[in-house]
Amino acid sequence: MSSTETSPAPVAAAGSHIRINNLSKVFDQRPVLQNLTLEIGPGEFVAVVGKSGCGKSTLLRLLAGLETPCQGDIHLNGYPLRGINSLARVMFQDPRLLPWRNVLQNVALGLGQQGRSRSHWALQQVGLDHRARDWPTILSGGQKQRVALARALVTQPRLLLLDEPLGALDALTRLEMQRLIEQLWQEQRFTSLLVTHDVEEAVTLADRVLVIRQGTIDLDVSINLPRPRDLTQTELAVLKQRILQQILHPQGSPVREFP
Amino acid sequence: MTSRLSIPTLGRWPRLPWDRLMPWLVPLTLLIVWQLLAQGGLINSRVLPAPTAVAEAALRLTTSGELLTHLSISTWRATVGFLIGGGLGLFFGVVNGVFRPAELLADSSIQMIRNIPHLAMIPLVILWFGIGDQARIFLVALGVLFPIYVNTFYGIRAIDPGLIEMGQVYGLSPRQLFFQIILPGSLPSVLVGLRYALGIMWLTLIVAETIAAGSGIGYMAMNAREFMQTDVVVLAILLYALLGKLADSAVRWLERLWIAWHPSQNLS
Repeated sequence: MSSTETSPAPVAAAGSHIRINNLSKVFDQRPVLQNLTLEIGPGEFVAVVGKSGCGKSTLLRLLAGLETPCQGDIHLNGYPLRGINSLARVMFQDPRLLPWRNVLQNVALGLGQQGRSRSHWALQQVGLDHRARDWPTILSGGQKQRVALARALVTQPRLLLLDEPLGALDALTRLEMQRLIEQLWQEQRFTSLLVTHDVEEAVTLADRVLVIRQGTIDLDVSINLPRPRDLTQTELAVLKQRILQQILHPQGSPVREFP
Repeated sequence: MTSRLSIPTLGRWPRLPWDRLMPWLVPLTLLIVWQLLAQGGLINSRVLPAPTAVAEAALRLTTSGELLTHLSISTWRATVGFLIGGGLGLFFGVVNGVFRPAELLADSSIQMIRNIPHLAMIPLVILWFGIGDQARIFLVALGVLFPIYVNTFYGIRAIDPGLIEMGQVYGLSPRQLFFQIILPGSLPSVLVGLRYALGIMWLTLIVAETIAAGSGIGYMAMNAREFMQTDVVVLAILLYALLGKLADSAVRWLERLWIAWHPSQNLS
């Protein structure tokens, strides 16, 4: 860590509590989500997996407030969600950094006067404070995503929405980023929703894995294994198989499991 | 980050700043060839006078103060026309780019007018505005409006919607979205429009000044033609080339200032 570690102002309770009731979303007469009901406790790390087009990204976008539900509602800490979710921060698959601002200014997006010290803090958390003055274009893909992560966490949000953020990275960078996300989540204890197509990533990082199929939750598995997780562990391998099975060869009615 | 092909070091050649000198190589060579041909009598001096003759004309006109008068009048006309046309083009480009209803309302009409060659409207313009400066400034404004409008409009439309979505999710107000994302994102395109517009500005002015003007560089050239002063005519042409180059340099300077981050600016 660099010599001046500025810590941010203390924040209230850690994660958002999310309650989703009978959520439905239709695009061009095609139903994407149908009567989805879900509850996520504060500080939970939930992974959402499923085939392409199953609606997992739509669920995330609805939680972010980028889409509005056709039916049903979303409540955060008891309050209904209207418009853009100000409690949440999103990390997209592409870093979406502004090319006309340097790294520090990108992290400080939307922050007022306090912006700079908090941005330095956030960059230190992801290990990129020494690149604060650089233009985003000269960074590598992994570094850009780390800056995007710093930007997402600089306001210490209560909900972090991750929309396949590591999909475009190489395998090694992906592992590093997974560890980094897990570490920051353990420190800050925000609620986290990770949408991913990578089941291994899901079982490595999440407390709970949801499989979405045909617009609803097909499988809801809780994972109580200690962290950091080792993919070679038998229990983890079994879980991974179970989930893959549910995605590829689903059987019967939705299942909720607590191994 | 690799830059474009760099000029290889020329071994034993002297270490000159080739980057700055090379753009002048072709014009200088042409100038020398021209001078030699003229001095050798291979070119009729009434058809194309030697560079030295042109330089003499320049000196003559500068000391008499005529050149400066014509130059300042032309520059004034060009600037006023540019500010009016450019201002309107920028305004409509932004409004139509940002607000869909505005686009639906105004864009087609603007595109229809754009396709009329503005110089072809000169007779009409003279009828409406007479032969004074108003007509000339109107023509310049008309010529300048469309490149700036089109490039501003498309510059705004071409902004990565992912960036705007990111801005929304990160709590930026519409005003912040405009000034922090839309405006900087569209600047490269706006500056391209600016470059085109400056070229059209001089072109329009040249033509407008050859028609019933009493001052300005175009008038100076036309007058010289009537009196067979070919050296002055050539001087006028060279002046236009210089003014065009100056305008281009001004835009390049703005680019370095405002869009240093853009890939076109060779960061490395």
